[in-house]
Amino acid sequence: MADAKVKFGTPAKIPGWINYAIVPLVNLIAAFLISGIVIIIIGDDPIKALEVLFYGAFGYPEAIGYTLYYTTNFIFTGLAVAIAFHCGLFNIGAEGQAILGGLGVGLIALYFDWLPIWLIIPMAMIAAAIFGAGWAYIPAYLQAKRGSHIVITTIMFNFIAAALATYLLVEVLIDSTGQSPESREFAETTWLPFFHEYLTMPKTPLNLSFIYALVLSACFYFFVWHTRWGYEIRVVGQNETAARYAGISPSKNIILAMMLSGALAGFVGVNEIQGVQHRLILDFTGGYGFVGIAVALMGRNHPVGIFLAALLFGALYQGGTELAFEMRSINKELIVVIQGLIILFSGALEHMFRPKIEAIYRRIVGPQMVEAP
Amino acid sequence: MTLEAPALELRHINKRFGPVHANKDISLSVSRGTIHGIIGENGAGKSTLMSIVYGFYQADSGDVFVDGNLCDIDNPQGSIAAGIGMVHQHFMLVDTFSVLENVILGVEGGFMLADGLSKARVELERLEQEYALDVNVDAIVGDLPVGLRQRVEILKALYRGAEILILDEPTGVLTPQEADHLFRILDILRDQGKTVILITHKLREIMAITDAVSVMRRGEMVAHVETAKTDREQLAELMVGRSVLLQVEKEPATPGETLLEIKNLNYIDEDGVGRLRNVNLKLRAGEILGIAGVSGNGQSELLEVLGGILAPASGSIRYKDQEMFGSQDFTARNLRKIGLGHVPEDRHRSGLVLSFSANECTILGYQDNPEYNKGLRLNQNAMINACEMHIEKFDVRPTDPLLKASGFSGGNQQKLVLAREMEQDPDVLLVGQPTRGVDIGAIEFIHNQLIEKRDAGKAILVVSVEIDEVMSIADRIAVMFDGEIVGVIDSKDATETKLGLMMAGIRDTDTLDKAAS
Amino acid sequence: MESFQLTILMLDATLRVATPLILAALAGMFSERAGVVDIGLEGKMLGAAFAAAAVAAVSGSAWVGLGAGILTSLLLSALHAYACVTHKGNQVVSGMAINIVVAGLAPTLGFAWFKMGGQTPSLNGDARFRSIELPFTEAAQNIPIVGYIYAELISGHNIIVYMAAAAVPITAWILYRTRFGLRVRAVGENPHAVDTAGISVDLMRYKALAVTGFMCGIAGTYLSTAHGAGFIRDMTAGKGYLALAALIFGKWKPVPTLIACLLFAFTDAAQARLQGVELPFVGVIPVQFIQALPYILTVLLLAGFVGKAHPPKAIGEPYIKER
Repeated sequence: MADAKVKFGTPAKIPGWINYAIVPLVNLIAAFLISGIVIIIIGDDPIKALEVLFYGAFGYPEAIGYTLYYTTNFIFTGLAVAIAFHCGLFNIGAEGQAILGGLGVGLIALYFDWLPIWLIIPMAMIAAAIFGAGWAYIPAYLQAKRGSHIVITTIMFNFIAAALATYLLVEVLIDSTGQSPESREFAETTWLPFFHEYLTMPKTPLNLSFIYALVLSACFYFFVWHTRWGYEIRVVGQNETAARYAGISPSKNIILAMMLSGALAGFVGVNEIQGVQHRLILDFTGGYGFVGIAVALMGRNHPVGIFLAALLFGALYQGGTELAFEMRSINKELIVVIQGLIILFSGALEHMFRPKIEAIYRRIVGPQMVEAP
Repeated sequence: MTLEAPALELRHINKRFGPVHANKDISLSVSRGTIHGIIGENGAGKSTLMSIVYGFYQADSGDVFVDGNLCDIDNPQGSIAAGIGMVHQHFMLVDTFSVLENVILGVEGGFMLADGLSKARVELERLEQEYALDVNVDAIVGDLPVGLRQRVEILKALYRGAEILILDEPTGVLTPQEADHLFRILDILRDQGKTVILITHKLREIMAITDAVSVMRRGEMVAHVETAKTDREQLAELMVGRSVLLQVEKEPATPGETLLEIKNLNYIDEDGVGRLRNVNLKLRAGEILGIAGVSGNGQSELLEVLGGILAPASGSIRYKDQEMFGSQDFTARNLRKIGLGHVPEDRHRSGLVLSFSANECTILGYQDNPEYNKGLRLNQNAMINACEMHIEKFDVRPTDPLLKASGFSGGNQQKLVLAREMEQDPDVLLVGQPTRGVDIGAIEFIHNQLIEKRDAGKAILVVSVEIDEVMSIADRIAVMFDGEIVGVIDSKDATETKLGLMMAGIRDTDTLDKAAS
Repeated sequence: MESFQLTILMLDATLRVATPLILAALAGMFSERAGVVDIGLEGKMLGAAFAAAAVAAVSGSAWVGLGAGILTSLLLSALHAYACVTHKGNQVVSGMAINIVVAGLAPTLGFAWFKMGGQTPSLNGDARFRSIELPFTEAAQNIPIVGYIYAELISGHNIIVYMAAAAVPITAWILYRTRFGLRVRAVGENPHAVDTAGISVDLMRYKALAVTGFMCGIAGTYLSTAHGAGFIRDMTAGKGYLALAALIFGKWKPVPTLIACLLFAFTDAAQARLQGVELPFVGVIPVQFIQALPYILTVLLLAGFVGKAHPPKAIGEPYIKER
């Protein structure tokens, strides 16, 4: 089982903010620098691009609404990937788990729309969570009990989920009157309220699920660092030998962490399906599961970091659309490049910058008097 | 008589690892065509010394001479070129390859394998004939029993032209029959003019096949003798030494009821090697039972089986009169609930989570306890208070309960683990290497704490490779060798020599009584 | 006769679909046997496809495009090696990151350079690898059955298909009959044994990953200059992961991997034919099920239901010299 584990340790004497703030910042700057080089190669102005990006994300109220709407999804998938990381697992399957979550929400909205909204809301949440958790359960079980490498199984399950969703949408749930593979529109009584219905702001997809995301972030923090179940998950992730010594079951915690992960990823379905699209469609997850990996890595698996990283990516997505619009030679795939570079620097090359940063810190702070043991 | 240069000569070898002086001014001379034993306890420095010869480490100072020529060995390739071959304790073999493929790895003799393989086959067959190293060269190594895999390691060394062969604790994984077989092979090697260096802690082997033996103790070379001119008692004494006892002040024990009873306990590891063989032990309230022995003779497995981490193959374990073998309750978590504490041997690997803060390590294993929980949430204040109490009582420095465990020195980490287990007030306490890496002042404190618990009526099992420690704090001493209990004696009857002999596998009473007198 | 012809045509399509899978799977075999997880086959193929199509369009020569494709893939592989071997980074994250970077970079550069929405211009003439008629095809056409197989199935593919076919025995030969292959296999099973034998573990892994890069380059080039006529965004469409699945299903051995690739490719060729067709007992099989079949089979294999999967023992762990 050891080869499936991922270790994210933190240093002892270096203050926490170095690891939580400086290192991610340096990674971000590196990613932006390289993207800037790409822009130069294309023959455009990286500074102008940055300005457009920023304006497009925050420059006007509608933009902020869109940015926060994207942020909502990234918080869900970021938390999902993060809780798996806390148990030492790499959940690449957030994409597939999000699809299943959306399916669950859709089923509630399609077949239970005779119930009042205040029942639909919790039912939709529960369905999203259960479907997402269920999809994560099988790879988790296989890893825990049979040693099947969770990275490969979750990648496979992403493809299987897409195929399953396509089948259901095309064959079973399709709205027979329409041409495209999507379900009928949900009854309005099942829709999540939009922010712009209750606050004076322009029309954007930002909806109640953003509040869910914030609440879940707080729950995440509480669960991981303030309960004994979160404690056990973290022990398994940091030191499996110590876990066994302490009587903590690695396999039970692997399954638990993955199911929580799947449940969190499923909430993307709540935002997209119940909050925005109001119908089941294909490919509503649009790569959000993979962005979650970048968000978790940048946010160092902590809800505050995840929120900031999710906000960053929300801004990138929204600003990216503006960028593609304003600057003719850049298309919105550039955002995907930035995303990939962030994953590269925060994940694979995380050891590249940290020793140098720590060395610089030590030199600035000077030799310390260490208490004699 | 012609004076031949020794096959291997070491002069004034020194090696430090930080504050630890692993090899102090070591000089050694090994004659060609002999089997030379190096005996010593754990931490005596034997493996370090041989690693220097083999090129894994560089000595801080001192010289290595092979056949009278000064050699500058920077890496394993250098020592192979000098004709030195090493058979490691943990085999360096590729399990999916055949014997032939394993032997030629690194010396394939060309881009295409076919040539190299056929040449190697011829050569291997010759070597096998000459040294009675019967192994099917086409067999897949992973399918071979451990004894045969060791032969492959020897063949590897011989194939590369080793004239000097170093074997590091070779019989640890062998059955007695396989060990005898190995000795016959070593005899043949010697008769053919090869030089063999045998690193071991087992007196039987030294007496059985070596021509000369060097004794190491605490990083120093304390004796070189011809095997024929010495005996087991002398060697045992040299190995263990007349040490300065850190005697702890204690009243004689008043043991009460039996809290832990072990009968015919067997444990087989994943390679199929029996690590615990028919172990019988009784642990009573109000006494300290010390388990002495060279590391690797089953003590680690004993602790982990008793701690509910490893599952035994057969036998009976009764905690407070409840049979554990085969029971659902035989888990580490449950054992803690019924009053077991466990200080693991390796604090880094098992006892702590290094990236957690000290107060989070305080609840490791006890995170379910009501004292640390308030409903759904962990009671952070209770955790911090407990940690602060531990820090104060055991004089841990620095005194910050929020500091990450990795920020404490080894000795202080050990104190944190001990505090955690002892302050839970268990009825039965298992302790592995309690003072490893701990400074002198703290050692005395820890020993006094253990005695205090004993006097409060607790049953304590202490595994230690330090003879001083065992003799000082234990009321009874059991010695483990090769997975078995060689004997159990009262500590008042124990002498270093007696224990040394037992630790080296000697159990016959004549020798023991002679040693005692 | 008709079903025979149909079968041959399906097999013919299978070979064409299997070609990139075979090349990518064999590429992955080198890196995984050396102990480095490579889920970046997808990214390397995509990058190579883009580079090959772009350069072929500009230069007018498919062979120059092939060179560009191989070079691109080698660079990406070197990046993976740098992150994983030199910097001991997480191998899965690195592969994933490279996939995502390429998925974004290719259409971005394509859009900027060719202004066609991320595509590259259509390739004609020498800028494409065309089908090759093997000798005697004309004559063979008249021989019943065998001749038909020769003319339709074996002859008439482009050069890269034949390269893929040759790649299987060549890979087997390299892995099992050369010193290089022996060392690659050793490094993935027990890097300590290799280290004590005096061979640099890191260097071996770099070399293995170079072979991976080379072969992925050919696989990607095939997609855009032989199978297709230009680069379209996301044109690898998961084939890199499918190749990885085939490699695992083939238990990291050349011939079983070939069979797995053919099997997976066959399901792709078959699903187009089986759409809406009623089979006895089961009725109509949903096309999505057939599409998902390779992935389901791989999961079953990993779960231990279709025999045991024994990956190279040291895979996934960065090698740190222990003293």
